[in-house]
Amino acid sequence: MTVTFLILAVLTVAGTAAAMGMRNAVHCVLALTVGFAGVAALYLQLGAQFVGLTQIMVYVGAVAILAVFAIMMTHNPAPTQPAAFSANWVAGTIVAAVVFVVLAWAIRSSTASAQPLPPEPAISVQDIGDALMHRFVLQLEIMGLLLTAALIGAVVIAMDRREEMK
Amino acid sequence: MLGNGILKGLTETARNFFGSYVGKERLTTVQYPEERLPQIEAARSFPFLVYDGADWQQGMRCVGCQICEKECPPKCIFIEKSKDKKPDAVGKQQFYPAVFNIDISVCMSCQICVEVCPFEAIKMDVDYNLSSDDRFGGLLFDKHRLAKSNEYYNTIHPTEAGAVDARLAEDRAKAEAKAKAAADAKAAAPGAPGTPSLGAPASTAPAQSTDGEPK
Amino acid sequence: MIQAFDQIFVLAKHWLLGFVPAIAQPLCSAILSVIPVLIAFPLLFAITTWLERKGLGRIQNRYGPNRAGPYGLFQPIADAIKSLTKEDIIPVTADRMVHFLAPLLLASAAFLAYAVLPIGRNMVIVNLDAGVLFFFAVGSVVELSVFMAGWSSRSKYSLLGAMRAIAQMISYEVPLVLASVVVIMQAGSLSTVSIVNKQAGYTGIWPHWFVFTPWGLVGFVLFMIAATAESNRSPFDLPEGESEIIAGYYIEYSGFKFALFFLGEYLGMFATSGMAITLFLGGWSAPLSFLTWIPSYIWFFAKLVTLICGFIWIRGTLPRLRMDQLMNLAWQFILPMALINMLVAGIWHFMPSGVLRWLVCAAVAAAPCILLSFGLKKKKKFQVRTYRFAD
Repeated sequence: MTVTFLILAVLTVAGTAAAMGMRNAVHCVLALTVGFAGVAALYLQLGAQFVGLTQIMVYVGAVAILAVFAIMMTHNPAPTQPAAFSANWVAGTIVAAVVFVVLAWAIRSSTASAQPLPPEPAISVQDIGDALMHRFVLQLEIMGLLLTAALIGAVVIAMDRREEMK
Repeated sequence: MLGNGILKGLTETARNFFGSYVGKERLTTVQYPEERLPQIEAARSFPFLVYDGADWQQGMRCVGCQICEKECPPKCIFIEKSKDKKPDAVGKQQFYPAVFNIDISVCMSCQICVEVCPFEAIKMDVDYNLSSDDRFGGLLFDKHRLAKSNEYYNTIHPTEAGAVDARLAEDRAKAEAKAKAAADAKAAAPGAPGTPSLGAPASTAPAQSTDGEPK
Repeated sequence: MIQAFDQIFVLAKHWLLGFVPAIAQPLCSAILSVIPVLIAFPLLFAITTWLERKGLGRIQNRYGPNRAGPYGLFQPIADAIKSLTKEDIIPVTADRMVHFLAPLLLASAAFLAYAVLPIGRNMVIVNLDAGVLFFFAVGSVVELSVFMAGWSSRSKYSLLGAMRAIAQMISYEVPLVLASVVVIMQAGSLSTVSIVNKQAGYTGIWPHWFVFTPWGLVGFVLFMIAATAESNRSPFDLPEGESEIIAGYYIEYSGFKFALFFLGEYLGMFATSGMAITLFLGGWSAPLSFLTWIPSYIWFFAKLVTLICGFIWIRGTLPRLRMDQLMNLAWQFILPMALINMLVAGIWHFMPSGVLRWLVCAAVAAAPCILLSFGLKKKKKFQVRTYRFAD
């Protein structure tokens, strides 16, 4: 529990909490982006360079942009969110506490956390590439197929309107 | 060839860039206000009143006929005729304008006042440095400000001024000849001597009696 | 002696660190590494604004600014004074926090990108193992700040400009990354320092730069086109030159915030040029083997200034692209060429070295380029003109 971890954890939690609590939709997305950046910093602090930098590139650079585009397209100028505290906040707090207790007990009592942590292996990008291409090549190809399907679907959706207009 | 258009464009701009250091034709800017581009002869900005000779009040050609005031489309000229008369270029006694104001914020430089003036008294100036920080008084030109000499007129519009001078000299010569003929007739006929003022040509006319002979 | 000149900044830093107690040494080492970058690149920004105005002026048959000092050299100082003393106008309905943060985020992200550029031998701020990835990750933060600027101004024009700008930047980010993947494939590492070290050798007098290979040349051209589009420079400056007086997403900014946007944009341009130099043009290595006595950072900045002059030249030459032309170029030409370039790099890697390798790779690269460019040209069908009244 080093100081850096605490600072980054506070930043992440604050960002995501603000994302839930803010009135303006755009402010929510920007706070969520701060949360993403906090998670990326946590990855970097753990030494996973590739994952951390990819987190920034994908989440901050693409997912956040996607979210803001969605807000821009469905522009609603008036902040319609009421206060973040709903009427039945008691029930919500109880459910959250129960889930937290169950998760904490599960993690505590699992065998992985009981043993002392082995020294972390230095995974380089080359190792990740090797694993993707050799051990997990099937998964990689399926993901590629899924992404291609999504791309074609997006193009079809976007093109449909133009054909109707013709 | 692929990319032909872009390469041609790039060579043209490169030629412009290097040519601007070498020759004048690829760098046509002048460093205003230290250097100025010469204006063409037909340039015009706002009217001015021409005077012959040294005295701007005595030599002013304007006789206050108010034709330009009536013809001016935006009505920017204001004239008050004088009560007394003074001799003009040919010696005839003429009125003169006691007040002659042009509001150059209204004037549209249409040159109609120049075209209708029978006395070649009002001509177009080329001076454009007329800005002032007083919108009303600074842009209302009075007679003194508007009066500029015939020599100045010759410098800004040489051919036009030359033609005007020729015409005026011709008129003066004709008037002189008529006066002389009248004086001779008078002298030949028995009778009182003629009025002294007709015989003498105007004191301010430049001596150009032989130049303006009709071709 | 030559070695000392080359390493003068490194030696100076070590000498200065000697005065600092051992506890504070990592922090002071970081600060001392960062300070030259913070000084050099804004200075280069000022010089570039002067160079651009004079260069564009001469291309357009006029002098540039020549009143502010000898040859207008104090013009950047005059611009700085103007932008500092201008009134900071914020629209009444603007989102104040976001409006304030947008230029800050842009400038910070632009500065962060210099952390992985090797400016000279042993002169990189931090030698990350995934340096190239870090660079592109930081570059994608810029788009977010563009959105923030456009949205917070609460103006139709700025929102429209921001949407177009983000669409353009996202579309050109993919070819940018793909064009650099080729270099990573050949160099075998994501670290910028090792990429430059791979290009620092010489055969005879010719250097081993990646730009002198078929895949490197194609990759360099694609990278530069994508870099021009990423920094919103002419001919891709539709988001900011829209109608010329309506400045896109910068509309509601004045004074120093506008200057920060300008700074961020130019710094982004320098950073992508620096990355292009690192990936393709050999970083700090000299072009000919007998010129290695000139210090390495001089070579880096010479190449950077050359690329900047290239940017200015292109800006003065080409007209602006329309939005649909821009997007078509990105998705229908640049992206397929980048993918084919990866294929070419693969062929290069597996063929034995020699003339045949050159010919095959050049053919495989050139054929789709020519086919695509002629295939994508829209054939104009001219209508037969009929007049109703005149004949």
